[in-house]
Amino acid sequence: MPLRLLKYGLSRDYPVSGDIPATPELKPAYDVVIIGGGGHGLSCAHHLAKYHGIRSVAVLEKGYLAGGNTARNTTTIRSNYITPEGIAFYKEGVELFERLSQELDFNVMFSQRGQLTLAHTEATMRSFHMRAEMGKHMGTRTEVVDQKGVEELCPLLNMDYGGALEILGGLWHADGGTARHDAVAWGYAAQASRRGVEIHQRTEVQGFEVVGDRIRAVKTNRGRIACGQVLIATGGMNYDVALMAGVELPIRCYPLQAMVTQPLKPWLHTLVSSVSLHTYLVQSSRGEVVIGGGSDPYQLYSTRSTLDMKEHLAEGAVHLFPFLQGVRLLRQWAGITDMTPDYSPIMGASPLANLWLDCGWGTWGFKATPVAGKRMAQTIADGRVPDILKPFALERFETFRLLNEMGATAASH
Amino acid sequence: MKLLTCPMNGPRNIDEFQSFGPVRARPDPNATADREWSRHLFRAENRRGVVVEWWRHVPSNYFFLAERDLVSNEIIRTFDASEPRDRA
Repeated sequence: MPLRLLKYGLSRDYPVSGDIPATPELKPAYDVVIIGGGGHGLSCAHHLAKYHGIRSVAVLEKGYLAGGNTARNTTTIRSNYITPEGIAFYKEGVELFERLSQELDFNVMFSQRGQLTLAHTEATMRSFHMRAEMGKHMGTRTEVVDQKGVEELCPLLNMDYGGALEILGGLWHADGGTARHDAVAWGYAAQASRRGVEIHQRTEVQGFEVVGDRIRAVKTNRGRIACGQVLIATGGMNYDVALMAGVELPIRCYPLQAMVTQPLKPWLHTLVSSVSLHTYLVQSSRGEVVIGGGSDPYQLYSTRSTLDMKEHLAEGAVHLFPFLQGVRLLRQWAGITDMTPDYSPIMGASPLANLWLDCGWGTWGFKATPVAGKRMAQTIADGRVPDILKPFALERFETFRLLNEMGATAASH
Repeated sequence: MKLLTCPMNGPRNIDEFQSFGPVRARPDPNATADREWSRHLFRAENRRGVVVEWWRHVPSNYFFLAERDLVSNEIIRTFDASEPRDRA
């Protein structure tokens, strides 16, 4: 047996799969420069190389690969939004996740276990009915369940019958799920670099050479790069990077705080969130219970955590599942979210002809990693914005055509 | 616990306060195009640095201004809205 294993290990038929290549020397020019080596940027790079044959692509990452909000989010995948435009977009995102492991030849551990959102007030129940009807209309699996339905879906929940936070019902979204965030980013990075995309870590963008309405070159700490097209996909840094190009985005930055408990045996089989408690929980495949998401109540560029917010999250979690009270917290962190006024992203064109935006991802970006990358790659390759992205244009704020998704999240903001 | 010094109530737990975001110049309703209205409504100051913000002490419903650093979270000073200010 050990000999056979050794033979297998040394066989040429089963070569050691390569890691992400080390950062190469910067070339003087690329067809496409993607700023931000997180999930969205890497997904775009993958789609450009695989589906559009554009391989002269550099992904610039200031820190290390997927070390920003890709590493800090709480990995919720869902499409139970409110606006038809939003649902159509996120639905495609969920569908891409369903076959992502095959697409990347990499196990992203997608687990479509469903998301249960809880209502403690009649007003929330009414909003759930609206979301369920919109979801059904758009072809997603979203339905309102009563108290009995909630108990069946999640028997360990504290229903708090007769209490101040009695659970009146829920919004059951069978399409909802979770996936391993690092695997998503690394899968895209591996596929993209296999097709010739260069990933430049520790490469910080410091400015742009703008001539007329075009970016001629990107200035980095490792030198100047002439560029055909440029994409900004830098999460919490989107406002700053766009400002370097003279584009002022309608974004305000807030920290979003989250934490995980010590690993436990599998007991939580759905994603659970509560709109009133501003708390959501998911058990990771390692057994840790991931608890989010508290947005700080004022703008800030610091990823420090606060006891106030952690206590608030713990309170919500213990209210829903009282037996968690003795469980220890293992890690806690915060990420900078780039919040837009209508809680929808900004995707598509910018005032500059060859600068494209994949910004305003606030607290809702991870679920859109595959679809945003796919559609932004299409946009860059074709030089025009596809219909599915048009509602998310930056100009919507000037034409007052907002896509209000504020009610479709349990994060506290 | 982070303290915020209210000009009226003195130092209090920041939990007692509500942020109303950066001060914005009020546009002249008779001489403002849609574009400027959009800007006024949707673009608040977000640069890394010191901003002047509206805050409210919730129990006393008192609105005042604060200068705060968006990177260090240091509250530089708080003052009544009637006082002169250098920024915004």
